[in-house]
Amino acid sequence: MGSIKDRVAIIGMGCTKFGELWDMDCKDMIIDAAYEAYEDAGIDPKDIQAAWMGTYVSGYTGSMIAEPLKLMYKPVTRVENMCATGSEALRNACYAVAAGIYDIALAIGFEKLKDTGYSGLPDSELAVEFVLGKTDTYRAPTFSTPAQFALMANKYFAEYGIDPDEGRELLAKIAVKNHHNGALSPKAHFQREITIEQALKAPMVAYPLGLYDCCGVSDGSAAAVVVRSDMAKKFRDDPIYIKALQICQGPREGSLNYEWGYTNMEETYRAGIAAYKEAGINNPRKEISIAEVHDCFTITEATIYEDLQFTPRGKAKEDIEAGSFSLDGELPINTDGGLKCFGHPLGASGLRMMYEVYKQLQEKAGPRQVKNPSLGLSHNIGGVPGSGVCSIIIAGN
Amino acid sequence: MVGITSYGAYIPIFRLSRADISKGWGGPPYGGEKAVANFDEDSITMAVAAARDCMNGMDSKTIDALYFASTSSPYKEKQAAATISAVLDMRSEIFSMDISQSLRAGTNALAAAMDSINSKSAQNIMVCAADIRLGLPNGPRELAYGDGAAAFMLGSENLIATIDGKYSISDEIIDVWRSDKDTYVRSWEDRFTKDKGYNKIVFEAVSGALKKYKLKPKDFSKAVFYSPDGRAVGSVARKLGFDIKTQIQDAMYDTVGNTGAALAPMLLAAALEEAKPGDRLLLVSYGDGCDVFILTVTPEIESAKNKRGIKGHLKSKKMLTSYEKYLRWRDIISVEPAPRPPLQVPSAVALWRDRKGGLALYGSKCKNCGTPQYPAQKICIKCQAKDQFEDYCFANRNATLFTFSHDNLAPAIDPPVTVSVVNFEGGGRIQCDMTDREIGEVQVGMPVEMTFRKIRYTGGIYDYWWKCMPLRT
Repeated sequence: MGSIKDRVAIIGMGCTKFGELWDMDCKDMIIDAAYEAYEDAGIDPKDIQAAWMGTYVSGYTGSMIAEPLKLMYKPVTRVENMCATGSEALRNACYAVAAGIYDIALAIGFEKLKDTGYSGLPDSELAVEFVLGKTDTYRAPTFSTPAQFALMANKYFAEYGIDPDEGRELLAKIAVKNHHNGALSPKAHFQREITIEQALKAPMVAYPLGLYDCCGVSDGSAAAVVVRSDMAKKFRDDPIYIKALQICQGPREGSLNYEWGYTNMEETYRAGIAAYKEAGINNPRKEISIAEVHDCFTITEATIYEDLQFTPRGKAKEDIEAGSFSLDGELPINTDGGLKCFGHPLGASGLRMMYEVYKQLQEKAGPRQVKNPSLGLSHNIGGVPGSGVCSIIIAGN
Repeated sequence: MVGITSYGAYIPIFRLSRADISKGWGGPPYGGEKAVANFDEDSITMAVAAARDCMNGMDSKTIDALYFASTSSPYKEKQAAATISAVLDMRSEIFSMDISQSLRAGTNALAAAMDSINSKSAQNIMVCAADIRLGLPNGPRELAYGDGAAAFMLGSENLIATIDGKYSISDEIIDVWRSDKDTYVRSWEDRFTKDKGYNKIVFEAVSGALKKYKLKPKDFSKAVFYSPDGRAVGSVARKLGFDIKTQIQDAMYDTVGNTGAALAPMLLAAALEEAKPGDRLLLVSYGDGCDVFILTVTPEIESAKNKRGIKGHLKSKKMLTSYEKYLRWRDIISVEPAPRPPLQVPSAVALWRDRKGGLALYGSKCKNCGTPQYPAQKICIKCQAKDQFEDYCFANRNATLFTFSHDNLAPAIDPPVTVSVVNFEGGGRIQCDMTDREIGEVQVGMPVEMTFRKIRYTGGIYDYWWKCMPLRT
């Protein structure tokens, strides 16, 4: 089995502001993200030889980018992996370049969620598939996505003997941290600090998760230009090299196997192991300088600490209380505010995470810059606990 | 000899105090309470619950026919009995029939079952009766009507009560009725409905039955009368010569209310719970005429009492916190919809494929490693063996709540939705909604049981599946 390590580099990235982009449609966002990436890479749009485009519900086929970007009759593929769609676009572009088929490829993700008129995701129904796999019968619980992650929160509290009120306060600390970072991110959807009290008093969305435990639902787009590593320095002095690209798809074990525990996401754990092996990382907590993880809900971030082996099982509490993952902590996590504050346009999020990793590794992250970063990790999940997919990308300078 | 081999009953866990209804309209504080089906219950789900109580572990494959009786079947054209028999996992080569449109439907069904057994066209027949009727808000029928169900197995062996006689009158009258265009039950002025309806016809039918079978009121241990309200039965029973204090089965007006076609069957179940071997019972129902049955309780009765029945269900209750909630549950008032996309219509094809898994709650168990799984799989989640499965039904298994969430965002008639992960004793897991729960009682590890419920109504289709609920004790 081969490895992607050091075979591909990112030479340019772009990212729109995330948020309620009332005056932009998908095409406006796509053009802004792609042209920022082109400019950052110092390439002409015509240099793009192939493209991978990711969106969950905002369009079909490559024409969604070929038309606005005028990619004239080029190979374009649409990929979809729910909330992990953005990482999938990047993964496919990287593999094609590593295979030697293309020299320069574009990966772009986007989503327009705020045109629907609904709060939350636009498809409460489609997600039924994730829970019971009974197509078109709707014989499944009635739920919103927050509830599926709340299942993990209640079980986590019960399993580790954490009183629910204490547990809610613990999770609020993750929201407070990410809001702090978001306040330092000019492109983030939410750019203001919150307090623990505010988080705890906010309306309950899906017990025990309140409003501030849930990520923003946003519009946005992000893009990357990838080339073979041996070409990278021709474009810029500080390309970022791909060290690992791993994806792990769960077999919906959470609903089929009654022993599945609901205190973590196995997909994250296994994708992490594979990615560390590919990148040659032995001690992730020490070796990784910055991580952008999929904090769709605060409980997700808490369990990711454990699944990615940043903290031992059941010990997330200690690190949350110690501030180990804050901007000035031992391992800064979600330095740009994460999904919580940067927002979550599904198809764009994986690439937005890599955008932050890329900027941090190039030491261009402004007020949220971490010191001397060498390795960055992005962690992007799709689906729900018990039935997820996880993409992990590790990059280094 | 024909008779009853088992009985069961169902009363919804929620009760609405009549005083709460009158408080809403500024009326006098009426007494008692009525049983109120949850928003996810209807006559089909209540019939299923009563039938499960009646079967109490018995093999449904031995049943030859299923009769469902109700004035409030969810469909005007589509048989409820076919749905119920699929839920109860009966054989497909049974005779299923709905008997509807009359308050006498419950006893009509008993009579039909009795005749089928007497004519030897069937050996074991399940009869279930359920009703959920609506009276207009701020009216006497809203106050009077409660929801509930009863079920009986009829046969010719191992009888707990023999049916010794039957006498019927058919009567054309417009006293209590509901047209095909009505949502709410109508009634003519009550002096007329009593004088020329209930009082007159019940008197004639019972007198006729007593004369035919050469019996007198004193020959009965208990007389079970359908009674439209708490008092109606008094005058006719007294006129017939029954002792009101000792002989008349309480009509449960103060605890359940008038459950329509299910009332006489429910009262019979209540009488059987208290009956001793040798007791003679009179069963009288009313509606477009009158059915009268004479029954004698056998020594087998003692073996049939291990169920929730009327007493168990009556005792287990939760008060509805407001009248407004009832109005919302019955779709009597419109409320602001959840800011979510509209619910989609299930595919009839997908529902058809899922009838065993979705209605009878079958999954599969791996013969290689023994892991039960829901829904049924072809390749095992645990050992990946292919096509090594046997059918495995989860409906009656003990279970506990593995984890949960109260979801305020999901579209719901009675938010929040308590999303639940249920683990079964012996293995297997289902994620489903929890119903009939109070928020404060829900905790990881609590015992739960499965209950058959309506999960949505969209595109003219009632979509049924299972939910969990706190173990009803």
